[in-house]
Amino acid sequence: MKKIEEIKLPEELRYSADHEWVHPEGDLVRIGITDYAQDQLGDVVYVELPAVGTHFAQGAVFATVESVKAVSECVMPLAGKIAAVNGPLVEDPAVLNVNPYGDGWMVQATPDDPAAVAALLTAEGYRTRLKGGV
Amino acid sequence: MRYLPHTEEDIAAMLGVIGAREIDDLFAAIPPDCRLRGELRLPAALSEWELDDHMDRLAGMMAVSPEYRLYVGAGSYDHHIPAAVRSLLGRSEFVTSYTPYQPEMLQGTLQGIYEYQTLTARLLGMDVVTASHYDGATALAEALLMAVRITKKKRVALSRAIHPHYRQVVRTYFAPTGYEVEEIPLLATGLTDVGRLEKPDGLAAVALQSPNFFGCIEDLRGAGERAHAGGALLVAAFTEALAYGILKNPGSQGADIVAGEGQSLGIPRSFGGPALGMLATRRQHMRSLPGRLVGRTKDREGRDGFVLTLATREQHIRREKATSNICSNNSLCALAAAMTMASLGRTGFRQLASLNRDKAEYLKSALKGAGCTLPFDAPTFNEFVVTAPGGFDAIYEGLLAQKIVAGLPLGPYYPELAGHYLLCVTETAGREDLDALVQGVRS
Repeated sequence: MKKIEEIKLPEELRYSADHEWVHPEGDLVRIGITDYAQDQLGDVVYVELPAVGTHFAQGAVFATVESVKAVSECVMPLAGKIAAVNGPLVEDPAVLNVNPYGDGWMVQATPDDPAAVAALLTAEGYRTRLKGGV
Repeated sequence: MRYLPHTEEDIAAMLGVIGAREIDDLFAAIPPDCRLRGELRLPAALSEWELDDHMDRLAGMMAVSPEYRLYVGAGSYDHHIPAAVRSLLGRSEFVTSYTPYQPEMLQGTLQGIYEYQTLTARLLGMDVVTASHYDGATALAEALLMAVRITKKKRVALSRAIHPHYRQVVRTYFAPTGYEVEEIPLLATGLTDVGRLEKPDGLAAVALQSPNFFGCIEDLRGAGERAHAGGALLVAAFTEALAYGILKNPGSQGADIVAGEGQSLGIPRSFGGPALGMLATRRQHMRSLPGRLVGRTKDREGRDGFVLTLATREQHIRREKATSNICSNNSLCALAAAMTMASLGRTGFRQLASLNRDKAEYLKSALKGAGCTLPFDAPTFNEFVVTAPGGFDAIYEGLLAQKIVAGLPLGPYYPELAGHYLLCVTETAGREDLDALVQGVRS
């Protein structure tokens, strides 16, 4: 497993304590799991994504990621409605291990409150939490 | 693996490691008033000879074959078990082995279960089969919970022609969940009135048994079309696996999940258990399956090997979000079923099924000729409902006096069918047996 210093955390993204990343893109946000999360899970073998149009509250489970050793549920970092899902990821879940911030994105959502993004952790804040073992 | 009991020294050593003084310390969490104090109230011990006599006396109080001729099925069927199956199943590697957690120890058991899954998948026309469940009723309940998980809807509809015990088990499973169970009424033909499913929106599953409790062969395809139109899954249940030797399998009829009882496949009736819960589904739903699955893989040297697979569905990994809190299977019964299916082969299985159906048809027409009524006109397999002008009760009693048990009275399960009896005929009944039954009806 990677050391905390080796975890890639792009500065332009925001992060949740539950190990999701959020990238604002106009009216939408793109959501995925962090490098730390994929590293902890190990080889990902299955990803279950929600139906487009489903609304999730902040903290609600919107996706499931299964690796060879564990299953993890992904919770919404902010309230919103699913606008698109990454279909190719379901076909080839291993992409999540290779490129969690690029081809490994999970969903695009329309946030209820676009300002909610600002309330999420910065890369620096998230790394500090990881170091604290949270 | 061998079973080696612990000695007093072993137990003392283990207690020492965990810091307990005696075994009773391990039960300290159980409130004292819930614990048994003193001795169990049991009769005095008997010698082996006395016990034998006692059991013989008890056995003598029952109507058992071959002294009695039994025409009762209703979920438990009297079939010949190939001698090869009994012999193979008695091997200690099969009889004594526990859940195969360790593939390096138990390739034989894992391969046996894998073959059971493969043969069952072919029989039912489905893609994926679990390593088995306790019985048909629990398999059906698990299938319905699975449909709730897949569709995220909270209501299921069960045909009233599903075995009454199965419906009871489903209700027991569903009672604490908050999910609703509704029943689909019957038609005068003995079939389920799927036309009542005009608006199946909001249903997770529509469940039908075929052949149903009355032996009638349901229109699974039609029910499936209605279910699917409303976004529900079709769950096909069965109590007589042998029927699919000649009937179209549920997979070909559009079933999304198939659940039923495999007792017919080499498992003795044994007062109702142990049984074999068979559960199968299509590939896209395999991650929603409860219980264990065995898969085939390659080892480092490229040789075939067998392992438990998709275990992330199970409680030891997914905890309270597991697809079931039961991950046991009925391995020995599953092996008996695999051995029976393999012994019979595709042709033998079909012939055996045809024999059941032909004998049942013979008895049906003979009973009709003897003045009995067959109230349901839907096609049947090896079970059918019979009554008579004024009811079948007196005839039943008369036959019982001649050591013939002519079916199961339906009144206790379906009040409107008082005086109706459910008869079952399998390959174990000879023509002279059937003729004797009809002769008894005439007299």
